[in-house]
Amino acid sequence: MYEGVVQNLIDELGRLPGVGPKSAQRIAFHLLAADPADVERLTKALREVKDKVRFCRTCGNVAEEDECRICRDPRRDPAVICVVEESKDVVAIEKTREFRGRYHVLGGAISPIEGVGPEDLRIRELMQRLADGTVTELILATDPNLEGEATATYLARLVKPMHLKVTRLASGLPVGGDLEYADEVTLGRAFEGRRLLDV
Amino acid sequence: MRDNAGVSLYRDEGIVLRTQKLGEADRIVTVLTRRTGRIRAAAKGVRKTKSRFGARLEPFTHVDLQFYERRSLDLITQAETLRPYGEPLVTDYPRYTAGTAMLETAEKLTAEEKEPALRQFLLLLGGLRTLADGAHDPRLVLDAYLLRSLSVAGWAPALDECVACGSRNRLRAFAIAAGGAMCGNCRRPGAATPAPPTLELMLALLRGDWEHADGSQPRHRAECSGLVAAYLQWHLEHGIRSLRHVEREAAPITTIDEEPG
Repeated sequence: MYEGVVQNLIDELGRLPGVGPKSAQRIAFHLLAADPADVERLTKALREVKDKVRFCRTCGNVAEEDECRICRDPRRDPAVICVVEESKDVVAIEKTREFRGRYHVLGGAISPIEGVGPEDLRIRELMQRLADGTVTELILATDPNLEGEATATYLARLVKPMHLKVTRLASGLPVGGDLEYADEVTLGRAFEGRRLLDV
Repeated sequence: MRDNAGVSLYRDEGIVLRTQKLGEADRIVTVLTRRTGRIRAAAKGVRKTKSRFGARLEPFTHVDLQFYERRSLDLITQAETLRPYGEPLVTDYPRYTAGTAMLETAEKLTAEEKEPALRQFLLLLGGLRTLADGAHDPRLVLDAYLLRSLSVAGWAPALDECVACGSRNRLRAFAIAAGGAMCGNCRRPGAATPAPPTLELMLALLRGDWEHADGSQPRHRAECSGLVAAYLQWHLEHGIRSLRHVEREAAPITTIDEEPG
């Protein structure tokens, strides 16, 4: 145990994900030895992230204003909405540079066993966005695990009366891997979702 | 006794009940196994897209596993799918929610880790198979499973005789706290008074008489579900969270005239 303030810092750092007691101690002593200006920058960044960042009122993504950068961008196609679980997924899809539409962040997936039902996600907000008829395609990009699939099934059923084009991200073989190493569920999905090769 | 006692590796087949995130890319997987009972084990790297493991360790999967025994959390070193029951369930929301309630119940009814629970395992396996086949109303499959798993756990409700006097006639009430049906003479205040076909339906579900159960009316099914849920919650201290999210397949839901037990 160290003296009050140092131990305090170690305890706080230790509460971060993936930081154990030993790492917390290492970071704490690094900060103690660091240039005061560096530490000042870090405290400023921490304070700002809590003060400035909120959630986009349209899509639920993290934003610095009422609306996020993507929702404000007029070049993004308002007719296509891609539904994801978390803000992290928006970043992952943006990296592909394949998608020019807009997003909707649900804030998780339906998981009855954890007590998370449809009413705990931003599904009502999604339905409001779909109500005015601008949106013609809904891309369901929830995680390809059981809870993500169940959430996609639930949403597809919910929007069925609206006669939208509803698509689900493909599941299949990872690029750059060997076929023999694929598990049978993934390989089965890859077969199911095979496409016509028109050369 | 496991086949390879003394060695730190052991093998068993089981049904994945639940997964929880652990650290960066790992999961804690809860499995109900045939020989060892309920096990919580760690699976490394399964959340990465390149993992060959991930799909095999999803809830509802009947899987053949190899574990490495450790002091705290055992490690899953190999997994082979026997049958992925999740695949047919996940595309049908009412079936998925019913299945989730079955998994949660199985976890709650096997309180001790690594205590063999063969009958609970077989019951869950049969229940998931029936649910995935899609031949019966998912809520009926769930209620049948709940009644039978409670019976295996030692809480079988009395349905064809009065819990107080043993009479087989004029069964009018269902007293949750007393443990089953009651005749008109013994009926206690506060006991539910289900329609006679509801008690018959519960009995049919407990015995596996699907012909009778499939022919039942929606309002009796709804009443049966209400009673089974109340009976289950009474016996399980913390209740089953997913039960609240279970959906009915048919749209019209008749009212449940349920009284507190």
